[in-house]
Amino acid sequence: MSKLNSKIPEGPLETKWTKYKSTVPLVNPANKRSIEVIVVGSGLAGASAAASLAELGYKVKCFCFQDSPRRAHSIAAQGGINAAKNYQNDGDSVFRLFYDTVKGGDYRAREANVYRLADVSANIIDQCVAQGVPFAREYGGYLSNRSFGGTQVQRTFYAAGQTGQQLLLGAYSALERQVGLGTVKMYSRHEMLEIVMIDGKARGIIARDLISGKLERHFGHAVLLCTGGYGNVFFLSTNAMGSNVTAAWKAHKQGAFFGNPCFTQIHPTCIPVSGDHQSKLTLMSESLRNDGRIWVPKQKDDKRKANEIPEEERDYYLERRYPAFGNLVPRDVASRAAKERCDAGYGVGTSKMAVYLDYAAAIERYGNVQANKLNLHNPSKEKIIELGKEVVKEKYGNLFDMYAKITGENPYETPMRIYPAVHYTMGGLWVDYELMTTVPGLYALGEANFSDHGANRLGASALMQGLADGYFVIPYTIGSYLSQDIRTKAIPTDHEAFVSAEKKVQDQLDRLMNIKGTKSVDHFHKKLGKIMWDKCGMARNEQGLKEAVAEIRTLREEFWNDVRIPGLQNEFNLELEKAGRVADFLELGELMCMDALNRKESCGGHFREESQTEDGEAKRDDDNFAYVAAWENKGNNNWELHKEELNFEIVHPSQRSYK
Amino acid sequence: MEHKNLNLTLKIWRQKNSKEAGNFVSYKVSDISADMSFLEMIDVLNEHLINAGDEPVAFDHDCREGICGMCSMYINGRAHGPWQGTTTCQLHMRAFNDGETITIEPWRAKGFPVIKDLTVDRTAFDRIIASGGFVSVNTGNAKDANNIPVPKDDADKAFAAAACIGCGACVAACKNASAMLFVSAKVSQLALLPQGQIERETRVLNMVSQMDAEGFGSCTNTGACEAECPKEISIENIARLNREYFMANLKKKDYL
Repeated sequence: MSKLNSKIPEGPLETKWTKYKSTVPLVNPANKRSIEVIVVGSGLAGASAAASLAELGYKVKCFCFQDSPRRAHSIAAQGGINAAKNYQNDGDSVFRLFYDTVKGGDYRAREANVYRLADVSANIIDQCVAQGVPFAREYGGYLSNRSFGGTQVQRTFYAAGQTGQQLLLGAYSALERQVGLGTVKMYSRHEMLEIVMIDGKARGIIARDLISGKLERHFGHAVLLCTGGYGNVFFLSTNAMGSNVTAAWKAHKQGAFFGNPCFTQIHPTCIPVSGDHQSKLTLMSESLRNDGRIWVPKQKDDKRKANEIPEEERDYYLERRYPAFGNLVPRDVASRAAKERCDAGYGVGTSKMAVYLDYAAAIERYGNVQANKLNLHNPSKEKIIELGKEVVKEKYGNLFDMYAKITGENPYETPMRIYPAVHYTMGGLWVDYELMTTVPGLYALGEANFSDHGANRLGASALMQGLADGYFVIPYTIGSYLSQDIRTKAIPTDHEAFVSAEKKVQDQLDRLMNIKGTKSVDHFHKKLGKIMWDKCGMARNEQGLKEAVAEIRTLREEFWNDVRIPGLQNEFNLELEKAGRVADFLELGELMCMDALNRKESCGGHFREESQTEDGEAKRDDDNFAYVAAWENKGNNNWELHKEELNFEIVHPSQRSYK
Repeated sequence: MEHKNLNLTLKIWRQKNSKEAGNFVSYKVSDISADMSFLEMIDVLNEHLINAGDEPVAFDHDCREGICGMCSMYINGRAHGPWQGTTTCQLHMRAFNDGETITIEPWRAKGFPVIKDLTVDRTAFDRIIASGGFVSVNTGNAKDANNIPVPKDDADKAFAAAACIGCGACVAACKNASAMLFVSAKVSQLALLPQGQIERETRVLNMVSQMDAEGFGSCTNTGACEAECPKEISIENIARLNREYFMANLKKKDYL
C-alpha cells in the first residue's frame, strides 16, 4: 500500500477546488491570533503566503538568507505571468490553460492541481494590479498580453522584461505592510538549517543568524518551505548564486519525500559560457522567441560572420522541424534542438556551442507597422529599421542591454548567440493537494514543491504557480491542518526536540569547520556541476548516470576530507554558508541521478537517449512510468521509491507534437 | 570578439565587523579575462586568498544579472563603477585597462552600517517600505484587473519608477547620503497610479518620516543619485516627491 495520499477531492475536475474551499475546516479569528506559522523564503511563494496568512490573523515569522526579502530570485524572472483572462478574445479559458499546462508538462503532473492553478490564475492578475504592479498596457489603458512558448493564445501579462521583479515587489510590499503592522516578524540574513520535529509533526526550525553566526530556535504550529529550486546543483545555472536546496533537503532528511528530482528544465535561450571563470549563466527571456528567429548556418563549421551568411544558407531549424509552433515550441524541445545542431557541428561563436537568435526580420516588420501608424509614405529602408529598433527597444530593451554588457556585442546589429542552460527544477518536495509534504505540518510552496509542471514547465507559469500557492491556495488549505491544532499552545524552545535539533546543526558546522582541508568550496561545487551537466543534463543514458553516481560519491568523500573554510563559525562567514549548501547538493545530485536512472522513459526535460522516436523526439512510456517518483530518505544516502500513479481523466496523454 | 587579459592592483576595504576599524589592503590579480564580470574577478581573488590560507573578501551579491539589487561596491569613487546604468555584477572587466589600480569600498552612509568588508546593512530600506510603500489591499479584495484602466503614459512612468532595485547606490553616491531617490521612486510609482490614490498623503508623510528617522541626509539637488543609479531612475521623481510631500502637509487633517 502506498504511503502517498494525494488528497485530491472527489467530484468533477472543474468543481473540486470550489467544493474544497466551501467545505475545508476553518480556524476562527480569535484562534488564529495564537497560531504561529513559519515561512522560510521570501520569493513570490513565500512573500505572498506570509502576507496573506498574516492578513488572515496568523502570527507569522518569515526568514530569508538575503539581506532583504526583496532580493529573492523570483525577482529575476523576465518574461511574464500566464492567466486565463481571455482579454484578447482569442479563445482562452481556464480549461485551455489547464490543458496546455498538462500537455506542456508531458503528462506528468496532477490534473486536479493544474486545474486549480488555471482556475486561480485570473485572481492573481487582479490582486497584483490592485497592489499597483505596473503591468504593460495598451493605449486605451487596458492590460497588454503577449504569447509564450507552448501555447497558441496570448495570455501572458508582463512588465517589460522585468515581470518577476514587479510581481515580487508587489508581494514584498504586501509583506512589508504586515511587518509594519507587527503581524509578520521578518528575519533577513537568516538561513534555516533544520526542521524541528515533535511527535511526528513539524514544530519549528533551527536557523543561523548569518551575521553573528549564532543558531536560533523558532517555534511554529506549521512550517512552510518556499525556498525555490535546486538548479545550482549544476554550479552553472540561471539561478542566483545563493539559491540552494538546503531547507528542502533538511526536510527530506526529516521524512519529507522528494518528488521527481531528475526533472530539470534546461532553458533554450541563455547567453553561452564564455570561459572557466564563469560563475553563473544569464537567461534571455523566452519572450524573445516571440519575435526572434533561431538559426544556424547550413554549412558545418561556417567561419563567416552572421551578417555575411545569406538568407538561403541559413537553417531556421525550429521553423523547419516544427512548422506549427516554429520558434515557439516548448523549452525542452527548443533546448534539445539546439544541442542537436551544435553536437552535429553547426554551432556558432568561438566555442561552437551556440546558435543565433536573430532580430533583423522583427525589426523590419515592426518598422513597417510603425511607419504605417505614423502615416509615412515610402519610407526608406534606413527609416524602417530605425523605427523598428525603437519598437524592439521598448519591448525588450533591458534584455538587449544586458546582452550587450555581458558579451560586448550589439544585438540590434548582429544576431545574439544563445545556448541552453539550467533554469528551473520541476522536481521538489512531494506535496498533496493541500501542499503538505509527507511530514505533517510541513508545507512546500512554489518551485520548492514538485507539483504543477510535470516534466516540463511552460514559460510564464512559474510566477503563476508561486503566487497561486501563496495568495490563493495555502490560505485555504492550511486551515485543514491548523483547525485540528487550535488547542496546541506554543511549545517553548527549551523543549528537548529543539535542543537536539540545534545540537545536530552545531555538530555539522563543527565538522565542516574542523576539516581544514586544502580546497575551496567552489572547487567541489564546480566539479559536481560538471558531472551533473555532462551526465544528468540535457541528455542522459544508463551508463553515464551510473558513472555519475559513482563519481558523486567519490567527490562527496573528498569534500568531507579536504574542504577548506577560512574564518570562524560565529561570525559573518560566506564560505561556511556555501559549504553547507554544497554538502547538501552533493547528496541531492546522487538522488537526481538515481531518479533519472529509474525513469527509463523520456519525458519533458528528462531525455533518456535509450527512449526516443525515429526522428529523435522524446518517447514517453505511459504504461510503465505514468507516476510521480517520490523518494523516501532511508539515511546514509539510501532511498526507497514510492509511486503516485497519475490518472488522466480529462486530458488523454498522447505523443506531444508541436509539428 | 576582442580577447585581452589584464594584470591589476586591487585596493580593497577590509573590515572585520561593524565594531572594528577597517583599512585598505592591496592585492594583485593577474591574467584577468576582459570577458569576466567584475564579481567574477573578485571570485578569482577570493579563490587565491582561500588557497593561500587567507580570508576571502566578503561582499554582497546574488542574482548576478543586475536585478536583485544585492551587489553594492563603490569602485574608483563611483557607486557600481564606471559604466552608466550598470550594477557591479553587470560591469565587465573590459571597462578597465591593463596595469590599472582599482579602489573598492563599501557603500558609506550612516544609514548603511558596514557588516564586514564590502557588505553593509540596508534594512533601513525595508523599514521605509514597511512605513508606507504599499497599497493596503488584502489578498482577495481585488476586482477584475481591467476595471482599473490606467493611461499608458502613467503606467509607463510608474513602471520606470518601480524599476528601482533598492541597491542603495543613490545613497552611496550622494554627498549627504540622502535616500530621496529611493523613497521618491516608490512614492511616485504609487502616486501615478489610481490604485495608490487613497493612501497618497499618508504614504508620503510616513515614508519621509521613516527616511529621516533612519539617519539619511537631506537632498540638495546635486543629481549624483540619478547619475549613478544602475536603473537610471529619474530625479524627476524627487521633484514629484517634494510636491507630494508639500501637498500632503497642506491637506493634513489636523491643520483644518
